[in-house]
Order: sequence, then structure tokens, then C-alpha cells
Amino acid sequence: MSVDEAKVRHIAKLARLAVTDEEVRALAPELSNILGWVEQLGEVNVEGVAPMTAVIPNILRLREDIVTEGDRRDAVLANAPVAEHGFFAVPKVIE
Amino acid sequence: MAELTEFGVAAIRDGVKGGTFSAREAAEAYIAAMEAGRALNAYVVETPDHALAAADAADAARVSGDLKPLSGVPLGIKDLFCTEGVQTTAGSRMLEGYKPVYESTVSGNLFAAGAGMLGKLNMDEFAMGSSNETSAFGNVLSPWRRNDGGNVALTPGGSSGGSASAVSARLAPGVTGTDTGGSIRQPAAFTGITGIKPTYGRCSRWGVVAFASSLDQAGPMARDVRDCAILLEAMAGFDAKDATSLDLPVPNWEALLSSDIRGKRIGIPKEYRIDGVPAEIDAAWEQGIAWLRDAGAEIVEVSLPHTKYALPAYYIIAPAEASSNLARYDGVRYGLRVQPAQGGLNDMYEATRAAGFGAEVKRRIMIGTYVLSAGFYDAYFNQAQKVRALIARDFEQAFAQVDLLLTPTAPSAAFGLGEKLADPIAMYLNDVFAVPASLAGLPAISVPAGLDGQGLPLGLQIIGRPLDEQGVLNAALAFEERAGFTHRAEAWW
Amino acid sequence: MSDYRIQGATGEWEVVIGLEVHAQVTSKAKLFSGASTAFGAEPNTQVALVDAAFPGMLPVPNEECLRQAVRTGMAINAEINAWSRFDRKNYFYADLPQGYQISQLYHPIVGEGEIEVDLESGATKTIGIERIHLEQDAGKLMHDQHPSFSYVDLNRTGVALMEIVSRADMRSPEEAGAYVRKLRSILRYVGSCDGNMEQGSMRADVNVSVRKPGDALGTRTETKNVNSVRFIMAVIEHEARRQVDLIEDGGIVVQETRLYDPDRNETRSLRSKEDAHDYRYFPDPDLLPVELSDAFLAECRASLPELPDAKRARYEGELGLSAYNASVLTAEVETARWFEALLASPGKPDAQRASNWVTSELFGALNRLGKGIEESPVTPAQGGELIGLIADGTLSGTLAKQVFEIMLETGEDPGAIVEARGLKQTSDTGAIEAVIAEVLANNPNQLEQYRGGKEALFGFFVGQTMKAMQGKANPAVVNELLKKALG
Repeated sequence: MSVDEAKVRHIAKLARLAVTDEEVRALAPELSNILGWVEQLGEVNVEGVAPMTAVIPNILRLREDIVTEGDRRDAVLANAPVAEHGFFAVPKVIE
Repeated sequence: MAELTEFGVAAIRDGVKGGTFSAREAAEAYIAAMEAGRALNAYVVETPDHALAAADAADAARVSGDLKPLSGVPLGIKDLFCTEGVQTTAGSRMLEGYKPVYESTVSGNLFAAGAGMLGKLNMDEFAMGSSNETSAFGNVLSPWRRNDGGNVALTPGGSSGGSASAVSARLAPGVTGTDTGGSIRQPAAFTGITGIKPTYGRCSRWGVVAFASSLDQAGPMARDVRDCAILLEAMAGFDAKDATSLDLPVPNWEALLSSDIRGKRIGIPKEYRIDGVPAEIDAAWEQGIAWLRDAGAEIVEVSLPHTKYALPAYYIIAPAEASSNLARYDGVRYGLRVQPAQGGLNDMYEATRAAGFGAEVKRRIMIGTYVLSAGFYDAYFNQAQKVRALIARDFEQAFAQVDLLLTPTAPSAAFGLGEKLADPIAMYLNDVFAVPASLAGLPAISVPAGLDGQGLPLGLQIIGRPLDEQGVLNAALAFEERAGFTHRAEAWW
Repeated sequence: MSDYRIQGATGEWEVVIGLEVHAQVTSKAKLFSGASTAFGAEPNTQVALVDAAFPGMLPVPNEECLRQAVRTGMAINAEINAWSRFDRKNYFYADLPQGYQISQLYHPIVGEGEIEVDLESGATKTIGIERIHLEQDAGKLMHDQHPSFSYVDLNRTGVALMEIVSRADMRSPEEAGAYVRKLRSILRYVGSCDGNMEQGSMRADVNVSVRKPGDALGTRTETKNVNSVRFIMAVIEHEARRQVDLIEDGGIVVQETRLYDPDRNETRSLRSKEDAHDYRYFPDPDLLPVELSDAFLAECRASLPELPDAKRARYEGELGLSAYNASVLTAEVETARWFEALLASPGKPDAQRASNWVTSELFGALNRLGKGIEESPVTPAQGGELIGLIADGTLSGTLAKQVFEIMLETGEDPGAIVEARGLKQTSDTGAIEAVIAEVLANNPNQLEQYRGGKEALFGFFVGQTMKAMQGKANPAVVNELLKKALG
């Protein structure tokens, strides 16, 4: 699958990665190359094969409904780039 | 006593226990080595105080009679493990300066067992790489040099490059690594040490910065099989905080170590003979086969028909999971934030992630985003998961005929820094032998086999059934005894 | 078939409605973490490390949340999927720390079910439900606390939501309103959600499209996070009208997300979140598939209370209540509980009499006081006592009302009130006869007119007698004695 520059920009947007024009120009053939390489998987006959859902057979363990965490606002905010009055602060969003 | 750096994990543990030397002496020796070895750039941050505190506790415990399994042993911890109050970067600018308020289960297990931390080990950014050339904190250098007299700096492999370099250069007796697509085994092979990736789910992933959730596994790297068994025993165990953790008791891997593998059937998968791989690798493989035969094992040729699809499947699944796991690095709650003037929330996201992530990480995020995107999910991701199921089935069928598999670990010896950066796929091919066992979640170890013509280490891989770490370790021990690998990198730093 | 139509310039338009209701699961802790779900805490004090998506954090599912989803599914006669899976829905927003929401796209925990709703016309309609799945709620963003920042509170992040997706079976605002009310009632009966729409524990995304009757389905729009039944109905009316006008003006309805502005009573388009629909769903690799055992499912079923439809049928069938009373008494679980406590109270009142008293007297009073039945100043036991005093003749209807008023004000027991204030009605024939004689003597003109044939004046004499006796005369006895006295 060939990925053109428009597609590269689209993917970068989805992934929230700012890309310069130069980077886009470089990425398009690079990504096309990699995607072309992985496409050989299409050769494999997977009829009747279910996609893997668990690497090693295991049961999903559930947790009990009790409150075990919280009240750690300082810890939660400790690494925040910008925090005010007990909140994380981000550039204002208009909805 | 500088000679204390000659001692590995078992020797230090036993020496401290027996009173031959103090834990503090051992810690000091390794701290000195770590400081003297800075040219290798194996450590991102040094934590001598942590190691000394643990050493002092060990010395006190010896007197009071309650030594723990790893009392007195100082370790290097790969910078992918969150360590409370100590910088954890995952090799990325995104987390430079980040100090977690929690301890990963695995590192916590080691410290609870009495070990101390020498420092956080350098690595490929977010564990994505096979040469430790993608770290935001500079390349790690292998202690090995080619014997051609040139001083080309070589890669220690990746992503656990700092881990491998540290053990190999005796800057630590043992270390933790992680292995997603070979990141323990390949660097172990490149640097002439031993490293094991256990069965998926043996070690808890809680507190390990996630790369690809269905593949990531923590594991030890050390100088020999016994040391790895000791460390793995301390690292492993059920963790209720990790839903993929295996609820099984940790076997006494060290106590049950035995090099008696008479009667074991060792499979040689024919699809692992690949064109273009240097003849020396094949030669080492043949030599390994001979050693195991000599140890009483039966050698059987087997087939793993879907082997060649393992790498492409991996390079769909791992980037896909990574693209989602790395979405949390957005500048809001921790880590780097870049706020363009006049920019809004999306601008902050885009600028932060562009500045925080390196090129390889971005590349994989984009591949991952692409293969999950509308219209491509079935053709790529779903297809890859089906191929993955077939690869696992190949192993299952092989293990009906044999107990273990023996293969090369890597398709080459260590290469020079910068040699494989032009083409991402050339770099990915480093993991061609390692990735299948990752996709199937199987335990796999790399043990040093010998040196190539340029004096560089070559390693061989032993893969076992799910949960059969003992079988893998035992065969590795039998191999180790016959390989007699005592080569050391000559200190140029 | 609903006959609700939007009148357009080119004719009549039918409205097609589907609702996605997000209901916060009643549980102590969140869906994948051990942080509390309690409402109203200080910002960021109910946040686990997992909720804040710190590096290396992992989700572990809360058993009670799965249980509540299953119980809800059983209550709507839905297929329960013993095997289900969690998927990641990937997008970026400041209220979504992980950069993805853990949800269930491909294999939800509950499959198809249905709800019967009652319409004003007396007809019932079955509304289909496509699925119920579990997902994480997002945090809260506040935009008005600071000139250039929005503030993020993660307390709500990770709280379990059931997303209940209806089929596009509704055709009018009334049907939609009835559906939401019935669904809410069922959730509250089951105890899986408190249905408090004002607090946000239940909210709806309203999907609306229009078409000429008989035509194929039109393009729908989605108006998100509508948090009252009244608003849901307003959104439907407004959006249907907007679409009809748009189409008739030559425009095309665009599939988009809209927000409702209650102050202006209009919907407006959300600034397009480009690529908002490419969520790149894939199974969450940190979680294994959910596998519910037979024992688990059996316990869920056994734990269900009598549900509204069954209860209503029982009230009508076994207790002999009128259809109206049965319906009203079972509409909300608190009402039914109060009523059943009343029936069980020491007085053991007759069911029919009790139901009439509740629906007229008690409801009337509660409406006047603006209180819900959970805040009733009168307890079921007291209500039972009062009904008993009417039944045994101690109180006339009028007196009972008086006593009831005092009960509402003071919270005292009716028996005590009657004793303290001497409000018993008297059947003392002697006393009544004496009063009657006085009344007749004091009203000679009316007496003459009555004797002359104006029979309607009988009521006048009754009234005068009752007045003279301060309402405490047994009306039946007054009637009897007055007839005798008047000849």
C-alpha cells in the first residue's frame, strides 16, 4: 500500500503529531516501504483461524467492589506541568 | 576491593551471606565501576545512595540473621521500570525529569528481596529499537570492539542496550531488561551475556512503561544461567494489579537447576536457516547442536512453517498497541509539555508529542495508527492476529515432538553504530529469530556460544513450552557448561 | 403506529428516533480501578493512578459493574453474553487521560432486549434495545474558571457506564419520553443506576432523522448528553423541525454531532472534531475476554426484585387494584415499596382502599408540599393506622382529611391526634337528635319550603347539622335521623 503525503498528514493528525513538510516528504516513502513489507501477511491462508485473544490461556480475574484508592490529590498532581486549585490546567477548550 | 566486580549475582549473594566480604564493599566496588564506565553511557542516572542503603541493610541483616534472597546484591534497573522518587525516562525526552510516585511491581520485588539499585539503565526510546540508537540520552556503547584494530563503536543491541552493556562491562552483576520482540535476548547475544524472557505473564507489567501490552515481558540479564535463574525467581510472581499476570506459584528455578538433559528432545526449526545470514552464525548453531547432543539430548529437525511471517505480524501488532499505549503522553498530567503561543489544546498535543518523541517512536506510532484506522483494521491488524495464532500453533505442534528448540539468537554479531540506520526494515530484521517466541509468549533464553572471526560474541537461543522456564534454564546450563565461554571485552573505557 | 408528524411545506414528515442512554452504574468503586464513585467530592480526590493514566498503569475489571450490567440486561429480557470483550476506543481529549476509552464494541456484555412503554392514549408500544455495553466515563472539563485555561477534574474518569442503545423504534417525543421514564424506572428497580439525570448519572444521546412516511430512513444527527426527559423531548421537536426546514429549503442533513442549549432551546453543531469517527477500535490487550460462569449468571437472576411490569400485573390481578392505581403505584420503585410497606403495616389495610388513599390523599399532599415519596412526612405505618380509623368508623372522610393535615404538619400518629383533639366522629343518636331539633327550630322558612316539596333543602339541613356539630357527626347517622325528624 502506497502512502502519499496527504495520507501521512492525515495519520499524523489522528496521532496528534506535528510534522514538518520535510518530515512528511521523508515519511511517505518510509511508511510505504514498511507497509509494503508487512503486506506479505496477506499471502497467509487464515481461513477458519480466530485472531489471538489471549497470549497464554488465562482467566480474567475481577476485582472486588471496594474503595481502595483515592485521596492522593497531591500525588496525582505532583508531576503536572500546569496545575491550579486542585485541577490540571490545559489551554482553554471551546465546546 | 575492585576485584569484587569479578563476582556475579550468586557469588555476591553467597559472599555476603558467608561473611567473605561486606555488602557495602560489593556495592562500593560496583559504584566505582559504574562511575569509571561512563564512557559506555549505559546508565541514564546513577543512584549510589540507593545501593549503599540496601547494602547497609544487608550487612545488618546478616548480623541479625534475616538475610533475604538477594541481600547484598546491587543491580542496574532498565529505565523502563517506574522507580518511586527516581527519574524514569523510558529513554525518552517525553519523560525527562519524570519521577514516579509509585514503584513497579518487578523492581519492588527485587528491592523487597534485599537488592539495591545502582542506577537506571539507558535503552532505546520506549523500548523501540534493536541497537540503543534511539535513546534521547545518547547511544549506549558496547564494551566489545572488533579485533581489526579499528575503534569502531559497536552497538550493544537493543532495546535493553544499557542493561547488556552494564553486565558485559561489569558495571553491574545483574540487571533487569524487558523483551517485547527480542530486547533482552538480542543484546545478550551481542554482548556475550545471558538473558531470559520468561513466559508471558510470569512477571507483572504493573509499573513497566508500556510499549506493546501483549508482548512486553520483564526478565533478567546476567553473566550466567544461574544468576538469571536467581534474579528471575525474585522478579516473577502473580500480581493482582495486572490482569494478564499468571496466578501460579514461582518455581524454585535456581534450586532445580540441572544440566542433566539426557533424553530431552531438541528441535531444530528448518525455517530458521535463512539466506544471507553469516556462515559463522550457522557454524555456531551447528556447534551448539553438537554440544547438546553431547549432553545426551536427542536432536530432531522440526518445521515452524509460518516463521517468515512473524516479523511482519509483529510490526503490525506491536506498533498498533504502542500507538494506543503512547496516546497518554500528551502534556496534560506529567512529562513534557510544549505550549505554542496562541495555540489551543490540539496544538499543545501536536507540539508536545513532536518534541517529546524521537523519529523511530513517531514512525511506529504512525504505522500503528494506520493499521488500526478505518478500512484497514481487517486487512492488517486482524490478519496479523490470525497469523499470530498460526505461529503459536506451529510451536504447539512442534512441542508435541520435542521439548525445546535451539536456534541462533540474532542474524549477525554486533554492528557499528550508525551502520543500520538508513533503512528501518534492515534494523527490524535484527529480531527475525527472536520475534516468533515473543508472539507466542514462550520462555526463551540467549546464551553465549562463542566469538566470531572479528572477536565478537555470538549467542544461541533456547525456546521452551509455556511455563517451562526450568527446561529452558536447564538446557541453557548444559550448553553453558560445554561452551565454556569465558571471553571478556577488553576495557577500553 | 404513531401519528406524530411534522408539518412541512411539502407535506407531512415522520420522525425516527433512537436513543443511546448512558447510565452510571451503582457501585462503590470504578470500573477498572479502586477509586470511589461518590458524587460531589473535591476535585481530583477520587483518582487512582490508573485513572490518571500514569505510565505502566493497568486496568482490572470490577466484578460488581459486570454484575449490574447483567442484571439490567435480565430485567429487559435481553440476551446475556457470557463471553464478551473490552475494546479500546482511541481519541484525544483533555478529559480522557489514557487517550482511549475502554469500551465494548465488538462483543458487548448484553445483546438484544426490549421495553414496553405505556402511551397516553392507553396503548402500549414495545421499544427494542440493541445492546448494553460497559464503558468508562470521562472526566470533567471546566471552561469558565479561568480566562485562558480549562480545568480538568478526573474524579469521574473511569466510573462505570452502561451504554443502553435502543433501536430506532420511536416515532414521537412522547414515545421517547415514555421510553426514558420506563427505562429509568427499571434501572432504579434493579438498583443498577440511580437515574439521577440532574446529577448526570443518566444522560441520553438523541438520534433524530426525518422522512416522508414510507420512504427510506433519512440521515440522522446525534445530539449528545441531554440530561432531562423534558429536554430530550424538546431536542426531538426542535431537531426534527430543523431538518424538515433544511430539506425543504433544498439542503441536505449532514450526519453530525450536536449539542443542546436549553437556554436557547436549540441544538447546534459541535465544532467538527476532524476524524472524530475514526476511533481505531481494537481489543484491549491489557485485558482478557470476560467469561461469566453459570453460577454468576444464576446469582444475578436470583437477585432481581419483582420488576414494574410484573408488579403491576400482580397489583391488578391479585390485589384487585384498578389499572390506573396499579400503574401509578408501580411507576417508581420507591412508591411501590412505600405502598407495600403500607399493606404490610400493623393495620393491614385493604389493598384497594389503601391504593385509593395513596393515589389521591397522599399524592395530593406530596404534590402540594413538593416532596417525593421518600421524603413523605407520614410513614406507611401511620398511613395504615389512618386508613384503619376510617374503616372502623372512628373518622368520617372529612375528619380523616383534618387528621391527615395535622399528621403532615406534626408527624404525629393519627390515633394520638384523634385522642388529643377529640376528633372522633360521634354516632350518639341522642346528641344528634337534639342538634337536629335545634336546627329545624332555627330554620322555620327552609323547613316550610322543604315540607312544601323543595327536597333539595335536605342537603341544607345536613350541612347545618354537621356545622353545628363541628363536622364530628357520623354522616350516615345524621342522614338517617334527619329523615326521621323531617318525616
